[in-house]
Amino acid sequence: MNSMKELVKTDRGRRLARTHGVVVILCGILLFTLLVSMNTGQIRLSPFDTLRTLFGGGSGKENLVLFQFRLPRIVISILVGAGLSISGRIIQAVLGNSLADPGLLGIHAGAGFAVTMYVLFLGTQSFLSVFTMPFIAMAGGGVTSFFIYILAYARRREASPVRLILVGVALQAGLTALTTVTVVRLDETQYNFVAAWQAGTIWGANWNYVMALLPWIFILGFYVWSKALVLDVLSLGEEVAGGLGISVSRQRIFLLSSAVALAGSCVAVSGGIGFVGLIAPHLAAKLVGSRHQILLPVCALTGSVLVLAADTVGRTIVQPSELPAGLVTAVIGAPYFLYLLRKRRN
Amino acid sequence: MKPSISTEQTGYQKNHLRKTCLALLGGLLLLLFAMTASVMGGASDISVKTLWEAVTQYDAGKSQHLIIMDLRLPRVVTGAMVGASLAVAGAMMQAMTKNPLADSGLMGLNAGAVFSLSVCFAFYPGLGYQEMMWAAFAGAALGAGMVTGASGMRGGTNESGRIVLAGAAVSALLTAFSQGIGLHFNVSQKVMFWTTGGTAGANWQQIKGVSPWIAAGLIGAFLLARSISLLSLGQETAKGLGVNTGAVNAVCSCLVLILAGTAVSIAGGIGFVGLMVPHIVRYFVGVDYRSILPVSAIFGAALVVAADLGARLVNPPFETPLGAVIALLGGPFFLYLACSQRRRNV
Repeated sequence: MNSMKELVKTDRGRRLARTHGVVVILCGILLFTLLVSMNTGQIRLSPFDTLRTLFGGGSGKENLVLFQFRLPRIVISILVGAGLSISGRIIQAVLGNSLADPGLLGIHAGAGFAVTMYVLFLGTQSFLSVFTMPFIAMAGGGVTSFFIYILAYARRREASPVRLILVGVALQAGLTALTTVTVVRLDETQYNFVAAWQAGTIWGANWNYVMALLPWIFILGFYVWSKALVLDVLSLGEEVAGGLGISVSRQRIFLLSSAVALAGSCVAVSGGIGFVGLIAPHLAAKLVGSRHQILLPVCALTGSVLVLAADTVGRTIVQPSELPAGLVTAVIGAPYFLYLLRKRRN
Repeated sequence: MKPSISTEQTGYQKNHLRKTCLALLGGLLLLLFAMTASVMGGASDISVKTLWEAVTQYDAGKSQHLIIMDLRLPRVVTGAMVGASLAVAGAMMQAMTKNPLADSGLMGLNAGAVFSLSVCFAFYPGLGYQEMMWAAFAGAALGAGMVTGASGMRGGTNESGRIVLAGAAVSALLTAFSQGIGLHFNVSQKVMFWTTGGTAGANWQQIKGVSPWIAAGLIGAFLLARSISLLSLGQETAKGLGVNTGAVNAVCSCLVLILAGTAVSIAGGIGFVGLMVPHIVRYFVGVDYRSILPVSAIFGAALVVAADLGARLVNPPFETPLGAVIALLGGPFFLYLACSQRRRNV
């Protein structure tokens, strides 16, 4: 009996140590990416210059570059990565569908349509509009997910994972076309804005957008984290969860709504960055297992690293222009998605 | 008994022939109407009389005749050719793979062709139509190969969703590469144009270059129609009925690549034509590909010509991308197919 307890203890201890290790290493990687990201761009700042500027000793130009251009963009990348990754994990756990991703399901396209309409008809200039944008995006994403629900789950019949994503892909195609057709009546710069948006550029790179996004990520993130146990149970399947005394449909709706809200608020400032909600949670689950108490924070970390790295790479490889972060994540994410599709079959 | 069966058969055949003739006639009228409307409508209005004069007694001195001959007619002819090729390619793909969701856009052919065209724009900017066409063939083959390779399967209705998802992922990947190339080598305008699809760049020289290929592809498809009908019953059944499936598949694949590749090389990646048209046509003429293929060609041509007119009229003087206009119809259609298919499979 005693030895059994010890065994459990050491096993648990080992797992805990491993989790700590993973978190420390991920934080290290994030910090490293952060430094690299601060150094890259049209105007180069060496790591030393960066640190000096950060601690208040920079020249006017260095301050401007770092605090007004790079830092907001970096912070937004980190927040967006965390938000999309957590959103993806929730959808995967609640629907029991390992292929799910807010982008693939068409939530990005729906939120994007709403945001595009808003930006084009009311403009992005006013201070207020920055803060209403996440609401607009959430509304768009919410309506889209409602449609997905109607189409894929009508008559209380579960859709197969592939079928569900298929509906998402179809919705995405229609919504993207609708956006394109609507925006052509606008001038060239607005058209370019929408094109870049659809490809997934971190475009809202100033502190206002950070302030608009930050509360959402934190509030929803912590709300979902507090539901970690519910997520654990829900991912065991509907019947088991019901048997363990959880009101499945209610919790599902709460959690999925927070997933849509997270994705929507991210999309409002970053455009449709796809595949993050797919890769980052999978990576996190590989690293620390599937207990959400630990998994969700690690998801946030992997997502942040992914989007920040994608944005940095995108800014670096095609200078002087930049590659939208969404394209970089697609280059990693699409092959991984194909791998998953293939694996599921065997 | 025998005579009665044969009369029944001839009765059925007669009925079928009548339906096909009616559909062909209706399609031709529709096409003629769409083409006339498309030549007449646009930035400067042209009367039927002027159109008739321009065709019968062309006078290079009159500006309206010039507009008709040099701007409007090439567009209309290009649209018709593209529509016919895409629709026939789609119908053949649906028969070969027994996949009701097959379409050159959804299965990665368009994205592959656009990718290889972007490579051409970046590295060999001075290429002629012929070379571009070869590049598009190769690219379409690459896309199709990646999708079949990644999904690792040959048809079966249960797998259709999976193949489309593989197609979506491969398209995302190849589009990301194309846009990256476009941005890096400063040809993103061109890449964008070919990605969204349109017939704005049409001219007679181009039409002369590609029409032999399209004609060859269409005629080849019509000649093989009988075998294609048998293939649509399933590879095993076709083999049992004495079709040399290996040879027919190989020839059909080549024809699909030629048709889709040529279409993309002149009008960019236009999706959903190959998905929608054969389904609509099947509703009128049944399941015999000897009827489906020619009627699809006509309907496809009419669809693209009409959509092109729509693209010009939605919001003059701007042009809406043709691909988006068609996707506006195609997205909901795809959604409908994906959902109704689920009901059939479950």
